[in-house]
This record gives sequence, C-alpha cells and structure tokens, in this order.
Amino acid sequence: MATMPASASDLLKSFKLKTKQQELLIRVSILCLVYILAFITRLFSVLRYESMIHEFDPYFNYRTTLYLTENGFYDFWNWFDYESWYPLGRIVGGTLYPGLMVTAVLIYRILRFLRFAVHIREVCVLTAPFFASNTTLVAYFFGKEIWDSGAGLVAAILIAVCPGYISRSVAGSYDNEGVAIFALLFTFYVFVKAVNTGSLAWSLASAFGYFYMVSAWGGYVFIINLIPLYVLVLLITGRYSMRLYVAYNCMYILGMLLAMQIRFVGFQHVQSGEHMAAMGVFFLMQVFYFLDWVKHMLSDTKLFQAFLRITVTSAVAVGGIALGLGMVSGYISPWTGRFYSLLDPTYAKDHIPIIASVSEHQPTAWSSFMFDFHILLFLFPAGLYFCFKRLSDATIFIVMYGLTSMYFAGVMVRLILVATPAVCLISAIAVSTTVKNLTVLLRSKNKVVQTGSTKGSGGSKSSSKALLDQSQPFQKNGAIALLFGAFYLLSRYATHCTWVTSEAYSSPSIVLAARGAHGNRVIFDDYREAYFWLRQNTPQDAKVMSWWDYGYQITAMGNRTVIVDNNTWNNTHIATVGRAMSSYEDEAIEIIRSLDVDYVLVVFGGVTGYSSDDINKFLWMVRIGGGVFPVIKEPDYLVNGEYRVDKGAAPKMLNCLMYKLCYYRFGEMMTEYGKPPGYDRARGVEIGNKDVKLEHLEEAFTTSNWIVRIYRVKPANNRW
Amino acid sequence: MGKLWLICIASISILLPFLCNAFSPETPTDRRVLVLLDDFAIMSSHSLYFNALKSRGFDLEFKLADDPKIALQRYGQYLYDALILFCPSVERFGGSIDVAAIVNFVDSGHDLIVAADVNASDLIREVGTECGVDFDEDPSAMVIDHIGYAVSGTEGDHTLIASDDFIKSDVILGGKKIEAPILFRGIGHAVSPANSLVLKVLSASPSAYSANPKSKLSTPPPLTGSAISLVSIVQARNNARLLITGSLSMFSNRFFRSGVQKARSQTKHEKSGNEQFLTEISKWIFHERGHLKAVNVKHHRVGETDEPALYRINDELEYAVEIYEWSGTSWEPYVANDVQLQFYMMSPYVLKTLSSDKKGLYSTSFKVPDVYGVFQFKVEHQKLGYTSLSLSKQIPVRPYRHNEYERFIPAAYPYYGAAFSMMAGFFIFSFAHLYSK
Repeated sequence: MATMPASASDLLKSFKLKTKQQELLIRVSILCLVYILAFITRLFSVLRYESMIHEFDPYFNYRTTLYLTENGFYDFWNWFDYESWYPLGRIVGGTLYPGLMVTAVLIYRILRFLRFAVHIREVCVLTAPFFASNTTLVAYFFGKEIWDSGAGLVAAILIAVCPGYISRSVAGSYDNEGVAIFALLFTFYVFVKAVNTGSLAWSLASAFGYFYMVSAWGGYVFIINLIPLYVLVLLITGRYSMRLYVAYNCMYILGMLLAMQIRFVGFQHVQSGEHMAAMGVFFLMQVFYFLDWVKHMLSDTKLFQAFLRITVTSAVAVGGIALGLGMVSGYISPWTGRFYSLLDPTYAKDHIPIIASVSEHQPTAWSSFMFDFHILLFLFPAGLYFCFKRLSDATIFIVMYGLTSMYFAGVMVRLILVATPAVCLISAIAVSTTVKNLTVLLRSKNKVVQTGSTKGSGGSKSSSKALLDQSQPFQKNGAIALLFGAFYLLSRYATHCTWVTSEAYSSPSIVLAARGAHGNRVIFDDYREAYFWLRQNTPQDAKVMSWWDYGYQITAMGNRTVIVDNNTWNNTHIATVGRAMSSYEDEAIEIIRSLDVDYVLVVFGGVTGYSSDDINKFLWMVRIGGGVFPVIKEPDYLVNGEYRVDKGAAPKMLNCLMYKLCYYRFGEMMTEYGKPPGYDRARGVEIGNKDVKLEHLEEAFTTSNWIVRIYRVKPANNRW
Repeated sequence: MGKLWLICIASISILLPFLCNAFSPETPTDRRVLVLLDDFAIMSSHSLYFNALKSRGFDLEFKLADDPKIALQRYGQYLYDALILFCPSVERFGGSIDVAAIVNFVDSGHDLIVAADVNASDLIREVGTECGVDFDEDPSAMVIDHIGYAVSGTEGDHTLIASDDFIKSDVILGGKKIEAPILFRGIGHAVSPANSLVLKVLSASPSAYSANPKSKLSTPPPLTGSAISLVSIVQARNNARLLITGSLSMFSNRFFRSGVQKARSQTKHEKSGNEQFLTEISKWIFHERGHLKAVNVKHHRVGETDEPALYRINDELEYAVEIYEWSGTSWEPYVANDVQLQFYMMSPYVLKTLSSDKKGLYSTSFKVPDVYGVFQFKVEHQKLGYTSLSLSKQIPVRPYRHNEYERFIPAAYPYYGAAFSMMAGFFIFSFAHLYSK
C-alpha cells in the first residue's frame, strides 16, 4: 500500500467495493455450507440403520401423513379413527396439529410435480433435517436483526450443530418439534423485525408465522405468552412506541383469528386461561394509546395525573371483574395441568401422574444441560452481559426469550429444545463480539503501523491510538491467546456436537443396538418383528391391549386396534389398562373382557438387559391406575418403599398380571453364564416367582430376544 | 374289474349322503351316538330307552367301556355326535379315551349323557367334576328319603325315591306335563356353586339326604335336602348339552315299567314318569328341541338397503335378524316377544325389544345416540332351555363432518349483522377520513 501509485484513491475505491463483494461472497458461502452441514449432520441415523421413522409419536404422524396423502385433506380433516382408543375412538382431525403432515405432503406433492418419484416415508424421514437447515437461515437473519451479521453467522453455525436441537430433528424423527422450532424462531424474528421497523407488513408476516406455529405444535402457547410479556416489559421500561403498538396489535388480532382456524385450538384461543395474558396486554395497549392521546390533548399535567389514576384503576378493575366472571361462569377455562406443571415443577408429580410418567417431562438434570449445550452454557451469561450493555428493543426480546426458556428447560427436559435457539443466539453474540473485539485489537495495531507511515487521521482516532499504544505488547499477545482459546473452545464444541449426535441422538429406539461379546454390533429388531407378527397373524379387527407407550406403533406398524395410545387424552381409559396390568389375573380378565381385548402385549427387557421395559414402567401403571381406581395402592407393590422383583418382592407384585406376563416361562431360562436360571439382566436379580401359571391368557408370540411378548386372551371356559 | 369299480363308486355316491348325515349347523340333531357300557347286559335291561332312541333315528353303537378299540376321533374327525356313558364302575376307558378326550369332545360341541351309580368309579366322578357337579364323596352313599320314598312291595331302606321336583321349563321337559313321579335309586350330587351353567332338572325333596344306608349315621350328611340334585343338565357355552345323573337304574326297563306310589300319597300311578321324563330330556340333549339359529343380520339407514361401513351420530337406522328354531326335522320360525337388541359401547346406549312378525323376522329401528365411538349391535338372548344366541357386530359411529353442520343458523344472525355492519362502517369511516376536509 505504501508503494501505491498516484491514482491511489481510485484504486482504494474499487478495492473497497471489492471487500464488500468478498464479504458477501464469504457470507453466502458460509451460509450455504452451514445449510448443508445442518442437513448432513442429522443423517447419522439413516446411515447407521436405515431410512425409517423413529420412536413413538412419529409413527402416529407418519400414519396420519399417509392417510392425508391417500385420502386428501378433507377426509383427513374429518378423520374419525376407530382403530385407536377402542371403543371410544378418536377424532384425529380435530385433535392434532396438522402443520407437520400438511408440510410433508406439500413437499411430497412438489417433489412429485417435479417428477421425483419419492415415497412419502422418505419425505417424512427428511422433513426434520430440512427444516433444521431452514432454521439456520432464520437464525442468521435473527442474529443480524438483534446484533449484526457476524453474530448472525455465528448463530447459524451454532444452531446447526447444537445437540439440544439435533435431539429432536435427526432424520427419521418425524415429530411436530421438527418444524415447530423453525416456525417459532421465524415468528420471533419477524416479530422483532416488526417491532424494529413498525411495519404492518412484517407484523402481518409474524401473524402468519404464528399461524404456522399453531398449526404445528402445542408449544405455540410459549409464543402467545412470551410476546405479551415482552410487550409488558417494554411498556414498564418506558419503551412504548407506535412501532410496538402496530406490531403487537396486528400480530395478536390476525394471529388469533388465524389460530382459531386450527380445529384443535379453536375457541381455546379466546377462552382458555393460557391465552388470557395476551388478551390482557392487548387491552392494556389500547389503554396506553388512549392515555397517550389524552395526554396529548390535555396540556395540564395535574389534570392528566388525576385522569390517569381514574383510568388505570377502572381499567384494572374492569379487567379483574371480567376475568373473575369468566372464570366463575366457566367461560374462561382454567389452566391445564401441563401449564401448571411448567410453573410449578412439583405439581404434576402430586396431581397428574400421567404427565409425570413421561420421561421427557422430568425435570432436567445438570448433566443434560452440559450434554446439550456444551460451551454455550458458559457463553450464554456472557452474551447476556453484552445484550445488557447494548439494550435495545431487539436485545430485550432475546434476553427475555433466553431467560424464560432457560427456566422452562430446567423444568422439563424436552423444553431444552425451545431454549436452544435463544441460547445459540445469545452465545453467538458473545462469541461474535469477543472475536470481533479481539481482531479489532490485532488489526488496529497493524493499522497503527500503517497509519504511521501514511498521512495522519482524525483527532479522535489518534487519541484512541495513543491509548492502544500504551499497552500494546500485552494486548497483542493476550488477544492472540484469547483468540486461540476461543477457536479451541469452538472446535471442541463442534467435536462434542458431532460425537453426541452420532452416539446419543441418532438411535431410532425402535431398533436397538448393543455391543456383542466381541465388540461387534448386535441389532435387536424385536419391535418390528412383533408388530409384523400382529399384522400377519391376528384377525383384522383384533384388539391389542398394551401400555400406552406402544399404542401408536401398534396401530401404525401392526395395523391393529389398540385400547390406549400415546395421545393420552382419556386418563380413565389409561387408568383402566393400568388397573388391569396391576391386578391379579382373575380380576384383570374381567377388565380385559369388558374391553373386548383379544391380545395383550408387554415389553420385557430381562433377557437382553433392555431397561426401558414394562417392568420398569410398572410403578407408573400402578400410580396412574391408583389415581382413578383407589383399589390399586402403590405400597402393595413395594417392600419398605423399595421396588423389587426378586424373592423379597411384595406378594401382590409377584402375582400381578404384568409380572406374570413378563416372567412367564422366564424362570426356566438361562440368561447369563454363571447365573441361576431366571436371572433378570435388566434388573440384575434372580426373579422371585419362577413358577408362573397363566389361567386366562396364553402365550401367542415372543420375539427372538424376548423384548416383546404377546398373549392371547382365551375364550371363557366352555363348561363353567 | 371295471364294473366292480363302477359299482363301488356308485354305491359310495349313493351312500355318501347317509354317511354324512351327521351333526351340522344346518341339521343340529345328533345322529351317531356311542354308548359305552359296563357289560352288554345293560343293552337288554335298558332296551326300552335305547329303542326309544333308535326309533327316533339315532344310530347307536354299543361298546364296552374298556374295549381297547374304542376311539372318539380318527384323523382329527369325530366319529360320533354324542356319547352316552352307562358305565358307572369303569376304572379306565379302553382305547384312546380318557377324561381329557371326553372333555375335548364336549368342548368341540358334542353332547354327553353320564349315568353314575352307587360305587361310581373315580373316573366317572372326575367326568362329573369336569361338568360342574360333585357326586357324594362317600362311594357307597345313596340318596335316602324317609318321606318321599316310593312305596314298594318290600319295605326297604327308602333308597328308592319318587321325586317330582322338576325344573319348570317346557323346552327341556316337553310341553306335556309329567304326571307320575320319577323313580330314582342311586348316588346324589350337588351342583358346583362356581359353575353358572349347570342346572338341576330333578331335585330331591327337602327331606332327602345322602348317606350310606347300611351304616349308622355318625356325622351329619354332607348333602341334604333340595341341594341334592338327582338329574342335572349343562348347556355349555358352545351349546353342547350334557346330562348327569346319579342313577343308571332310572333308565332301566324295570323302572320304566313299574308303577309308582309316593309314600303318604293315595294316587298310585300305573307307570312311573321315568320313560316320559328321560325321553323328553334326551330330545333336548340331542338338540331336537330348543336349538335356535340367527341368520340374515341386517342393518341399514332408514330408507336405504345397503349396509354402511359406519354410521354417523343421530342417524336413523333399522336392524333386522331372523331367528329360527329347530324342530327336529326342520327350521321353524322362533316366536318370542323378549328378544332384545343392545347398541353397546361399554354399556348399552340403546336397549330395544325387537318386534317379531311371527315368521322368524325380528326387527326394530332407532336413532343412533349422540355419542361417537365403536359400537356393537348385540343380541344376547339367553333363555332357559334354548341355545344361547349371542350375536355381536361391531360398527363405528363417527361424528359430523365439517360440512354436515347447519350453515346458517338463526341464532347467529346478530353476528352476521355485526360483521357486515362493521365492514360497512369501516368503509365509510375510511372514506370520510381520507376525503373529508
């Protein structure tokens, strides 16, 4: 530069333009790479196993998607499914969030239109990774909106591989959350954009984003509570503006009207307690606007103060009375159990065992925070610090999003997912700002040298130069060291994320893998074996009773009617099944007959050491059954408060139906060398009742590794 | 040679209908009956009873109970439609027959008559237990009745009883009233309280008890009064019919022919009721009476004829079923006024008595309740003596589709008005706001 010819200014100009282009090029290529990375890092499960749907709920989603592709939207909308919840049936169309299925079918139709002969299953398998990729783009724009494009890029990279998000969006995990996180982040981004610009168009877009979110996932309640809370905070901190007024009112009214179009939500949006906060804030906004106008009209401050007092008091009173009347008359429904359990983590445990029994509803352990966030956990507070240093409407939003969702993530494991985008964004701010500051330090030192040789610059710059000059050597080394440290941490993060994805989150859980004695991989495909057996060997209208966990899979893969399934809408029905499982056989058979059950299916891990089987879930069956039928008492199944299945187990435990069905013929089996027969490998004990006799049921099928056992209900005795 | 073949084939084809003339759902009356005896003397001493059966067209095959060649089934097919065990003292059946084989025989829908006697073997007792009756455990016990005994020439030990405590059912005992008491000498039994299917057809009088007549009574007898059953029947869930009695001699020619006079009664009957009673009950046992079938179950919406795959709530529907009774030779319409239909989902939502046209057709119509779910049309017709009819047909009931609701309802007109006046007002307001001044 120093040897530049005379036309330096011209060249400099063109060079400057070039930097901008280069910067754009780099940014776009980084985004493209991130987009691809987010997709391919989620393909471990497909490569390891096969292209299949994972877990429990995705099977229901898959089944409904299949129905949608085959029968069209109106049949789907009106679908009454009589294969589940026998004999009650389930109005599927009115009790699900159709966003995921519609999205998948739309992608499927587009691909078909483009002459890609794909099967709907492939589309379903890859929907979540595709939306994860889209989420990275939204994260970039969101980061750009609240901070700068550097923070946006870092946020995109962080969220692309963050395990907290990958856990719910690997290929095959065809669940509502897969698209919902995209919708959530998109809604927030567009809303913040609307608040920043005050544009009606952006707030309209956020209303549509909200509509998509409502159609996709029940987690939309988070949006409709967080945004009013944010608005309230802005009002309190005196940041009320016309932009906010436009953004919120438009978003709320249109979003509400759109959300009410989803059958599952319907009038809940104006009637249930969870949505009342949004409505209250909406009216508060109108009061604020009115007061602003009055203030503008009245020049007398004293008069305005009096007016303000009267208005606020009466507004609060009217609101309180309306809420009270609504509650008393039942027009406004109270909060649901799930909502309560979010605010009070101990609520579900005491009152609703069916919510507490789900493993993903458990309070989060510290280790899983570390597991899912890794360094983001440390960067999060740093990012919050930067946000507080540069408070704006946008940063206030992200701070509130981060703090509330972190609280919810602590209450329930599955809500780590909701917190992940916020954590990534805030951490991105920390990373981006730190790295930027450090590089500025490094580069400004170079500049000092350069500027020293070139002509002098402005006074302010020289003063800062002087400041820099004072501690130059220490700063330079420190900056380099810190930069390396940062890069080291970030590379550790990438390694950790990849490792977690490949080891922990890419297992389909319907096919189990274990290490054999020689280090080779052993695959247990018992679930599909059992469901296939059901499909092939039982009558078309056979009814299968199992614990609700397996309901969706039995209907989707076995194509048989189930009594209860993972849509736990009727607690009594589930409790009836729980009661049957925890009763003696001759009592259970009455329940089984009254439900017209033909087959009973249990999952048993004693042979393989598979620990999430029905014996380990059994106490929840007792609790849920006992919650409705007090004849079932939990202490009957425990010995000194201890749950055991060996010789010291409670007599009721040793003779209840679930125990008998799991351990039938198990007493004569050698499971492990050097152990007595009937040694349960999942519990590590020798079972207590080896001589199990069944009277009303008979073994129909047991899979090769005994994981699934199916029993046929015998007809009533002919002569008795 | 060819001619011989031809004759063979011809004779087989002629005989085939007769060979196949066995129990079937279409002609439920039994045809081939295996009679197992203690010794062949019973053939002649009980010939009246056997002849009565033969004259009704049954094909009786007499075998000794310990004949090593007897078998109930061959190549998985049952050779007989019914089994009569007149072998109270047999310790072990010959051939492949044992208790389990007899139980299986019954469980696959075949009928059984068991006659025990004093000193009945454990084997026969076991058969009785499987059928839901418990014979007195004392092997030499007999039913003794010092009040209701039958007057006989020699003043005996009152073990020959004259009983007339019948079950009240014309289907089981025939339309004609049995005038004369039944002569009975043998072991008594009690029906097992756990068994809900066994019925006492002939009970002992309240003064009867079961004990060994030769020894002095030291302890209270285990079976007393009308708890003692003399003749019991079972109609199994698969409609197999069983008869159990503790007296073989009640089937004998001597009892059939002898006159009877109950103690303390002036009326002396020329002939005991045994023949009428046992013949009538054998008609019931062998499905010549009281056998129902239900065919042509139909249901459809009112005004349609096709059966839909599922109904909608509040649909009007019609249900019809034809019920016939087997008369021994042909299917006659079953006439009753108490056949009921349930529209059932865990509990009956609709319970209606079907109206009959006296020609076997039962029908009704009703409105589907305003509840969706998987319902069943259930006809549970269980009437004493008749085979149990238990029809159930699953049918889902769906809620309204989104476009099956009323589109414009009068109650909503204020809302329509509000919406349109709002639109108009907004338009006028915008116009005024933009173009005034």
